[in-house]
Amino acid sequence: MFLIPDPVVRFFHRMASPPHFYALTEKLMPWLVVIFVLLTAAGLYGGLYLAPSDYQQGDSYRIIYIHVPSAWMSLFIYIVMAVAGGIGLIWRIKLAEVVAISSAPIGASFTFIALVTGSLWGKPMWGTWWVWDARLTSELILLFLYLGVIGLYGAIDDKRVASKAIAILALVGVVNIPIIHYSVEWWNTLHQGPTVTKMDKPSIHITMLVPLLLMALSFKVYYIIAMLQRARVELLQRERNAQWVKLLLSEDAS
Amino acid sequence: MKPARKQRLILITLMLIGASIATAFALKSFNENLMYFFSTTDVVDGKAPKDALFRLGGMVIKGTVERPNDGMMVRFKLTDFSKEVTVEYTGILPDLFREGQGIVAHGKLNDKGVFIAEEVLAKHDENYMPPEVKSSLKNQSAPATNPK
Repeated sequence: MFLIPDPVVRFFHRMASPPHFYALTEKLMPWLVVIFVLLTAAGLYGGLYLAPSDYQQGDSYRIIYIHVPSAWMSLFIYIVMAVAGGIGLIWRIKLAEVVAISSAPIGASFTFIALVTGSLWGKPMWGTWWVWDARLTSELILLFLYLGVIGLYGAIDDKRVASKAIAILALVGVVNIPIIHYSVEWWNTLHQGPTVTKMDKPSIHITMLVPLLLMALSFKVYYIIAMLQRARVELLQRERNAQWVKLLLSEDAS
Repeated sequence: MKPARKQRLILITLMLIGASIATAFALKSFNENLMYFFSTTDVVDGKAPKDALFRLGGMVIKGTVERPNDGMMVRFKLTDFSKEVTVEYTGILPDLFREGQGIVAHGKLNDKGVFIAEEVLAKHDENYMPPEVKSSLKNQSAPATNPK
């Protein structure tokens, strides 16, 4: 059951070593930024300029290019955070703990953006800013879960203990993820059913779908950039007494 | 894998399973409260509350929207493709309110079984396409001799 080939284990051990991670992410960063800028430019150009207007909603539907990728990211980041937290709990890997807490504020921001853009979209289309249907309510609970994780981490001084606490909170909160995703299928909601993430063929025209997927990718790359930057700072703070950080600082100073 | 890690892994798995089961039971028992609206079949079958406000969802039947007194009052029929309910509403309708579209109305039933709405929300569908594609889809489905 726990048979993992040795080279894979060794790769993860190397990645999990803070100095190696710090050096590698520094090299990766410019590339990630270039990819992010290109994807965002292509996605926005395609979505706001090339894509045709919708047969029902006209141009108002274009908020989809922010709303839907943000909502996807809010779920995706939560899963990353919970899995990283779980790895930190079981294998006590410092880097996994750092990734978990570094993801929380970004996930909270994406959840907030999804809620706000959804509200702005709901007013002209549905006729209301907010309703307490299953989709909207479960997404709001997700925001509170993120805020709870951030608050709990801040409330505990010992950061290794804090990481264990938030990992447990994040793991219990995982039950909310399938609820958010399937809420529009399990219950009657004002929010419509899934357009892209379903077994059937996506019910969105291809000229509108491509920019949407580009934006989704661009948001993913943005998350990686933001998370790595946070993780680097968090690592330096946690390892401030370690030899490699002192070496790094003395190199910078000279 | 070291025994301590294995134990932690099992513990976390059990915790996750426990949390999922608890949530599943909670959702099951609150199932009806989580429904945002009643369908027209529920209303015709008498499952909807009487003398209380509730939400009714359905599709506006084509050709049933009328303004009987030439005023603000709109009367139309909603369906879930099995039963129909007549709705009366006085006020401003949302932009997406059209015949053949889904809506959710908030209000209550009167003695005659007519739903008196206080608020009407449009429920848009998950389909996005350019207007030209929509009209060509219509043209395709119109003739009975469809190649498919």
